[in-house]
Amino acid sequence: MLPNRPKVVHSAGDDGSVVTLSGGWVVSWAGECESLLGTTLAKLKGQPFTVNLDGVERMDTAGAWVIFSLLRNLGGASELVQGGRAEQRELINTVADYNREEYVAKSDRMSVADYLELTGKRTRTAWHDFLAVLHILGSMASVLATVLINPRRLRPVSIAVQFQKTCIGAVPIIALMSFLIGGIIAQQGGFYLRQFGADIFVVDLTGILVLREIGVILTAIMVAGRSGSAFTAEIGSMKMREEIDALHVIGLRVTEVLILPRLIALMLALPALVFISDLAALLGAGLICWIYLDILPAGFIEQLKIAITPETLMVGLIKAPFMALIVGLIACVEGMKVEGSTESLGTHTTMSVVKAIFLVILVDGIFAIFFASIGV
Amino acid sequence: MAQNDSGAETKEENLLPVEAGREVILRAQDVTVAFGKKVVLDHLNLDVYRGEVLGFVGGSGQGKSVLMRTILGLNPKRSGVIKVFGHDFSAVSDAERKLIEQRWGVLFQQGALFSSLTVKQNVQLPMKEHLRLSQKLMDELALMKVEMVGLPRDAADKLPSELSGGMIKRAALARALSLDPELVFLDEPTSGLDPIGAADFDDLILKLRETLGFTVYMVTHDLDSLHSICDRIAVLAEKRVLVEGTIEDMMHCDHPWVKEYFRGKRALNRV
Repeated sequence: MLPNRPKVVHSAGDDGSVVTLSGGWVVSWAGECESLLGTTLAKLKGQPFTVNLDGVERMDTAGAWVIFSLLRNLGGASELVQGGRAEQRELINTVADYNREEYVAKSDRMSVADYLELTGKRTRTAWHDFLAVLHILGSMASVLATVLINPRRLRPVSIAVQFQKTCIGAVPIIALMSFLIGGIIAQQGGFYLRQFGADIFVVDLTGILVLREIGVILTAIMVAGRSGSAFTAEIGSMKMREEIDALHVIGLRVTEVLILPRLIALMLALPALVFISDLAALLGAGLICWIYLDILPAGFIEQLKIAITPETLMVGLIKAPFMALIVGLIACVEGMKVEGSTESLGTHTTMSVVKAIFLVILVDGIFAIFFASIGV
Repeated sequence: MAQNDSGAETKEENLLPVEAGREVILRAQDVTVAFGKKVVLDHLNLDVYRGEVLGFVGGSGQGKSVLMRTILGLNPKRSGVIKVFGHDFSAVSDAERKLIEQRWGVLFQQGALFSSLTVKQNVQLPMKEHLRLSQKLMDELALMKVEMVGLPRDAADKLPSELSGGMIKRAALARALSLDPELVFLDEPTSGLDPIGAADFDDLILKLRETLGFTVYMVTHDLDSLHSICDRIAVLAEKRVLVEGTIEDMMHCDHPWVKEYFRGKRALNRV
């Protein structure tokens, strides 16, 4: 299978030294060949010598390259090689035709100028992202306007398929997570409020917190991780395989065919999911209140009626379509930015989720300020 | 890889069957491959001799790629034996399997270059994983391979997405030749190349075969390649190797499909 270990024997001859090679001069032994021949030839520097190939069992391009490059380093050429089979000497000559210049690896060190360049590039990318988002929003508006004349352009089937994936598929996990979070908030709140004998206010705490903030944020983050990443990966791999170009050539608008159905589906799905999440969280909270704080379900509901109004629910629900728009837009823009390599698909999918979650929380903060200032 | 003793070599020489004075480097015996109820290959037999260029032809969807994938161990087979370098590939130990895999190189139809690595890194990957060589030596060897397949030197630092179709084929060939394999599988190497590029590629394979002395198993549809570089041609039809022989044998074969393929309208219009 594998030829013998390479050997280098150095002996003095009549006109200069003879370096006899034997064994396998193949790629599997290339490291060994290099060090063996290298040390022998280093000792012979400046003296006349020849290299004899008589004992070489097998030689491939790697072995030939090692012999040639070491000889070249000493200023010698392939004439110094003798013996062996004709095709082995021929291989050394062939190898000599390639790779004439020494390879210089590109340096990876960053200079100040590189940092500045990178900052500039990032700024420009951010600006382009912003334009891309505007572009999609604009086409969305234009398509929605034409729908009034030609309802088929809304692509209801596409929207339904996307709704099935993003909403119905997400119900179990979102319900379960919200149920648990509702329970945890109730338990933690109850633990501290009980010390003041104010257990009953746990209901106010969970009711308001869940309906106004937790329900929508939790759902938006889950949807960003679940559907946002899927959008980016789908559109990104279509981009990689030139399917996006194919759509263009057929005369279809990518925003209309791929992006709008996803955005509309997500904007319909998220309020529904938020509502489900709210219910599940309240159920979890009610259960924990009953078991842990001895607040009976009837009492829980009675207190909830006092604590919250329909407005509390609406504050949460009204944010949902905006969150959906953010998640969907970021996901689609990142998907369109994917280039040829699988690595770029991974990077953009990650970026899509990270950016979406960041913006969801940021926008929630802005909403909080807004609602506070209008006194809701 | 390095701990092999000399005994292994003599052992293998005995394993390689010799037929008509030529060593059989790859032998498929009674190979049956089926997906569910659909039988793709039915008791197929094929020998590949050391040092030859075997052209493998067959209609689209007849199972040429399936056979290649089965030989490479990527598809399961229902029955039969495939011996590569004298070893039954499905019965060898993991260590032996690894050694065999270092002795063949594969050029996939779409290149299958790793898209997040540069061309140079693609070529170096087998060396890096299987051998312990200095980075400098690997750089030099990779660049030599890149130049050997006719790519410009600066292509070495490019990503596959920055290359044209023909360059991807060449880069993929450089990766296939990375460890100086004894047996090279080429899946439609000239498809998608312009006639000049395809002819260059044929010359390249011939030249490399002369210098490196490998055996080529080539799946192709290119009549020019079949005429100019293949020593022997095997035709896959009716789920088995229907005929094998030189291009002259093919020209005189009377099977309707073979006749249509080699002496059809397109074939005769060539000259």
